[in-house]
Amino acid sequence: MLSLLHFDVLPLAELEVGRHFYWHLGGLQLHGQVFMTSWFVIGLLLIASVLATRNMQRVPQGLQNFMEYVFEFVRDIAKNQLGEKEYRPWLPFVGTLFLFIFVSNWSGALLPWHVIEIPEGELAAPTGDINTTVALALLTSLAYFYAGFKKRGLGYFAKYIEPTPILLPIAILEDFTKPLSLSFRLFGNILADELVVAVLVLLVPLFVPLPVMMLGLFTSAIQALVFATLAAAYIHEALEGHGDEGHEEHA
Amino acid sequence: MDPLVASASVIAASLAVGLAAIGPGIGQGNASGKAVEGIARQPEAEGKIRGTLLLTLAFMESLTIYGLVISLVLLFANPLA
Repeated sequence: MLSLLHFDVLPLAELEVGRHFYWHLGGLQLHGQVFMTSWFVIGLLLIASVLATRNMQRVPQGLQNFMEYVFEFVRDIAKNQLGEKEYRPWLPFVGTLFLFIFVSNWSGALLPWHVIEIPEGELAAPTGDINTTVALALLTSLAYFYAGFKKRGLGYFAKYIEPTPILLPIAILEDFTKPLSLSFRLFGNILADELVVAVLVLLVPLFVPLPVMMLGLFTSAIQALVFATLAAAYIHEALEGHGDEGHEEHA
Repeated sequence: MDPLVASASVIAASLAVGLAAIGPGIGQGNASGKAVEGIARQPEAEGKIRGTLLLTLAFMESLTIYGLVISLVLLFANPLA
């Protein structure tokens, strides 16, 4: 009874949680609506970057100017966390995380996905699905392990017993809680935004949900920033080790 | 679903998100108060303080969101049902 929630009062005020448009691929069940929206987001980002870099001017104009602003913003995220010397190789990863999450969140809030009918479930922000956020968080885990190994080899494991071996269980636990908290934070925030807006639209269809929608835009932007910042901070921690943390931050 | 499990899940869901809101509420209040103090003492640092404050508020907010995730799981994807 409670496992599915489905209100259908207005054509634009549907609220569906736990329903998915399944694609079957071999023995796997895929959430088709997430794939469609994330392909849309990826396409949007690709088209924007291709258009902005196709005919580059020395004095940037229009789209190129905007994309240069975006690039500088993303570069500052990486630089603030990783430091002047280390940030360049990790800029593509951190930047892609930020841009994909940001555009996904805002596409869920700004685009009228509900106009497009699909057989089951509904189109919404791809980051409102736990699978997307877990994938992003596991990628972040892989990235910081790779960073640590590449920089320090097997000495990377010294960080587990560095101040004292008593903290070994906690150090190991940290590797599991990092992706868990990253993924739950993003998933919960985006789904909560959508639920709050949907419930308010259900109660009062006009004008009243607007301030909450603005708040949702704000929090989803902040969440994208938080995810990218944390990913960069974890990579920095793996690169530097626990001992000399925080010395050359805020450069 | 068993009505007992259903009612217990609903109560647990409300408790999860309600209790999870207490700590971060206090923490966010403390942080915002200190930030206002800092801005009053040093108005030229407002931009930096606001940026840091927003980031830390998002971290505290995520604690409540964990409770919310638990309650959403209980309501929409209950493993006990």
